[in-house]
Amino acid sequence: MKICITSKGDSPESVPENRFGRTPFFVVYNDETGEIIEVINNTSANDASGVGPKVVQMLVSKGVNVVVTGQVGGNANKGLEVAGIPTYAFGEAKTVAEAYAAYKAGTLTRIV
Amino acid sequence: MKIVVASGKGGTGKTMVSVNLAWAVSQSQETHLIDCDAEEPNVHLFYPGGKDEGPVTVKVPEVDSEKCTLCGACGEFCRYGAISVLTESVMFQAHLCHSCGGCMLSCPVDAITEVPRRIGMITRGEPTPTLTVISGILDEGEIAAPAVIKAAKEAGEWDGVSVLDGPPGTACPVIETMEGADVCILVTESTPSGLADLRRAARLTEAFGIPAGVVINRSDNEDSSTLAFCAEEGLPVLLTIPFDREIAAIQNRGAILCSEKEEWIEAFTQLYEDTVAIAGGIL
Repeated sequence: MKICITSKGDSPESVPENRFGRTPFFVVYNDETGEIIEVINNTSANDASGVGPKVVQMLVSKGVNVVVTGQVGGNANKGLEVAGIPTYAFGEAKTVAEAYAAYKAGTLTRIV
Repeated sequence: MKIVVASGKGGTGKTMVSVNLAWAVSQSQETHLIDCDAEEPNVHLFYPGGKDEGPVTVKVPEVDSEKCTLCGACGEFCRYGAISVLTESVMFQAHLCHSCGGCMLSCPVDAITEVPRRIGMITRGEPTPTLTVISGILDEGEIAAPAVIKAAKEAGEWDGVSVLDGPPGTACPVIETMEGADVCILVTESTPSGLADLRRAARLTEAFGIPAGVVINRSDNEDSSTLAFCAEEGLPVLLTIPFDREIAAIQNRGAILCSEKEEWIEAFTQLYEDTVAIAGGIL
């Protein structure tokens, strides 16, 4: 499974990003190996509108199975719901690696 | 002759000026009064009883799931995020759609057609034999006011005199209202915000090359800043309406000032004549 975490930077030590659609990066883990398999530079981050659904389509095309983020807006929420991508809030996690570990430990709250 | 009544600032008295101007003009000739303030139409408060002329629709995509291959082309094209290709389906969010038709053009297998979606309605009334009132009414929660304004203008299109009661602001709805106007009346009040927004509205008429004049409403006789601005910009002040409790009371019961107070008939008839003069480059 591909676990995708919104991030302010491009490494596991980066701070997780609270915003979903306008996050600068998505860090994608393979949860079978625990390794980062891709860091996606979010080209839609600065678009004027409709960012959420555009990002959902992009993640679907990348085969992402789970999203870990801070908050999700209404349009993105609907997209994630229809796409069937379970989404969790990273909560107190200070780094992307911590957020991933918390997801694996099953301690995150599901928001979509 | 298309006369647009605009203001920049909301609540300055556009509708009051529009209904009285239309009333005065209709005493001598057939007149159309078109409510282009589709988000908050109020002309019907003065002229109730307009009949439903049918819905205003915009075109939105409909995806044939039999033909669709989930290739993603439409979603990649749509800059508004209105159409998204997801795991097993295409999701359409109507409130994000700008009806550009791009998704349909970008689809490689012709799976998308356009279907109408209601966003508002037009009403038409004939309160007197010489006055036709048309209102463009945007449904609550919808955003595409310009489409409704355009439909209202089309419904009222003719060769005679039309008074268009415009929306506040200086963005798309006002621009749609001003498109094709012969002349613009800018209604203001002598407050700092009234002047700041008059400045913006005047820049808009200038940008469009539409001749304009000013009506000062609710004047307390301390209009020097507004008068100075108008003089500087070469905007003639066509009418000054005083801050007056009786006028407010007439407005508040949905009555027409001209029909209640005879002295205003001449003032609004003169306003029309001066407006026509501005349109002809005379004033």
